[in-house]
Amino acid sequence: WTYEIETWWIFQISLPTYKTDPSVRFSSCTPKVCIVGSGPAGFYTAQHLLKTHQNVHVDIYERLPVPFGLVRFGVAPDHPEVKNVINTFTQTAKHSRCRFYGNVNVGKDVSVGELKQAYHAVVLSYGAEGNRSMGVPGEGLAGVYSAKDFVGWYNGHPSCRELNPDLNCETAVILGQGNVALDVARVLLSPIDILKKTDITQPALEALVRSQIRRVLIVGRRGPVQVACTIKELREMVNLPGTKSEMVEADFDGVTEALKDLPRPRKRLTELLLKTALDTPGDKEQQRRHQASRTWGFRFFRSPSEVLADADGNKTVGIRLAVTRLEGSGEGARAVLTGEVEDVTCGLVISSIGYKSHPIDPSVPFDTRRAVIPNTMGRSMFPSGLYCSGWLKTGPTGVIATTMNNSFDTARSLVEDMESEALDLSSVKTGSEVISALLEERGVKSVSFSDWEKIDSVEMSRGEASGKPREKILTVEEMIQVART
Amino acid sequence: MLSRREVGGGRSSLGFSLIPSFPQGSNNKVTVHFINRDGDKITAKGAPGDTLLDVVLNEDLDFDGFGACEGTLACSTCHLIFEDEVFKKLGPVTDEEMDMLDLAYGLTDTSRLGCQICLSKSLDGMVARVPESVTDIRQSKDESA
Repeated sequence: WTYEIETWWIFQISLPTYKTDPSVRFSSCTPKVCIVGSGPAGFYTAQHLLKTHQNVHVDIYERLPVPFGLVRFGVAPDHPEVKNVINTFTQTAKHSRCRFYGNVNVGKDVSVGELKQAYHAVVLSYGAEGNRSMGVPGEGLAGVYSAKDFVGWYNGHPSCRELNPDLNCETAVILGQGNVALDVARVLLSPIDILKKTDITQPALEALVRSQIRRVLIVGRRGPVQVACTIKELREMVNLPGTKSEMVEADFDGVTEALKDLPRPRKRLTELLLKTALDTPGDKEQQRRHQASRTWGFRFFRSPSEVLADADGNKTVGIRLAVTRLEGSGEGARAVLTGEVEDVTCGLVISSIGYKSHPIDPSVPFDTRRAVIPNTMGRSMFPSGLYCSGWLKTGPTGVIATTMNNSFDTARSLVEDMESEALDLSSVKTGSEVISALLEERGVKSVSFSDWEKIDSVEMSRGEASGKPREKILTVEEMIQVART
Repeated sequence: MLSRREVGGGRSSLGFSLIPSFPQGSNNKVTVHFINRDGDKITAKGAPGDTLLDVVLNEDLDFDGFGACEGTLACSTCHLIFEDEVFKKLGPVTDEEMDMLDLAYGLTDTSRLGCQICLSKSLDGMVARVPESVTDIRQSKDESA
């Protein structure tokens, strides 16, 4: 063994040469990376890391016992194809160098600092669990919800189980005109026959069966040319069975003239909007509208100023909207208050003006104004070895493909750093070994991917009984119970 | 005597095929050349009726993030760009495809979604370019966008 020690010293002395020779990696230990959050950002980051680096081990930590984040809790129940990405995430989770640890709350059960000690790099991909508030009086009244919570409710997020929104009113007003706003409008107005075959939760389905809502207004502070939704979702509203649209013609002044300067995607969207709002219907369409029992419409140039309460001051009976006008045109146009207001009677107000990320740990730099982790190409400013991907990196906009690209970008930065040794790989990191021990000490039992598959299987077989793709389990307790069987 | 059924190359009563059966469609495969994001040309073959997404998957072509929604018109990640002459031969685009194509980064007048293009002999030798994805330009600075 003396000889071995001598040889070891020789390696140490010769280290610099070996370090620069890419075919010799004596100085690098198996890179261990942990990812916090198992939504699209987490999984796409893991996927790219595993593909481009042949030795890296990736552990994904998730607060809930179930993976997939907004793919499970955000994508609308009637958009099942969008959830196909779960198949590729499942493949990643089952990769020999990947491990999933559900039911672990980073920031509470284990700190980011502890993760940084156990791994060579930590990628924060925990998304945006909060929402922007309107910041108007009456926002706390019964009958006012964030779209994040409303969507979480019909999609079975355990923290939204008790929402119990009161749908006993005729009109619902949604603030915001992005795809989430349209999802909410569509779920509120869809025929039950369509919804009951989706994975919408049973309590939400029952509430919608009893719902009195017949009219949904989707309100935005700018004009038709600035609307944030995309054409697929608009077309779904236009074609929604049993419904007709109702818009204000005056809102569309000048829009036809603006068409010619618009790029194709915006042009097609605006053309469809114009057609829906202004075209005189033919006989068949006239008849269809006559038979429609539900109405929806965009309202433009309106910004929430106060939610109005009933005489007792408890329930929502209306919303006061400030009238705006546009300064400038196109994407950069700004809404400016005119001083006028308009009151709209309604019993349900849903604010869909943006999700928002929260800081996880005082040791992690966080830009509170923009609610993101300050970064350059996914690398946190400091400390080193900290990265971010997904909405936490860029802010809460974009579809799954946007997040995919942004996550691949972070993974590329990380692999670059591993190869250039900007990331220190010289010491052995024990990764999940030490974290699992810590968790056990603290009485936290993680849920493995095969445990999730038990939950998945139970949900799917319960769904089969009622003709749904799955019947989601609604509490963390029951998820864990099934996981332990 | 061989029955009519066996003449087509199926198993005879002897337990092995006496009639040589040509591999299904070996002489009616369609060749497609993909130009990947690094500018490399990758040649693959597919059967008539296969979509370009099918070809990418079946031939294990390594395009990052291609076909995320598995061909259900719920994303734009199978976005491909064609030359004018080929584009004209690809047939009409449905509103449904156009709606998703509209979200693709680097959209051009000769863009299509690969999951909607079916191979036919007339497309033999076609070239399809895999365009850059968003990251390359928009997110190569910090998130101040």
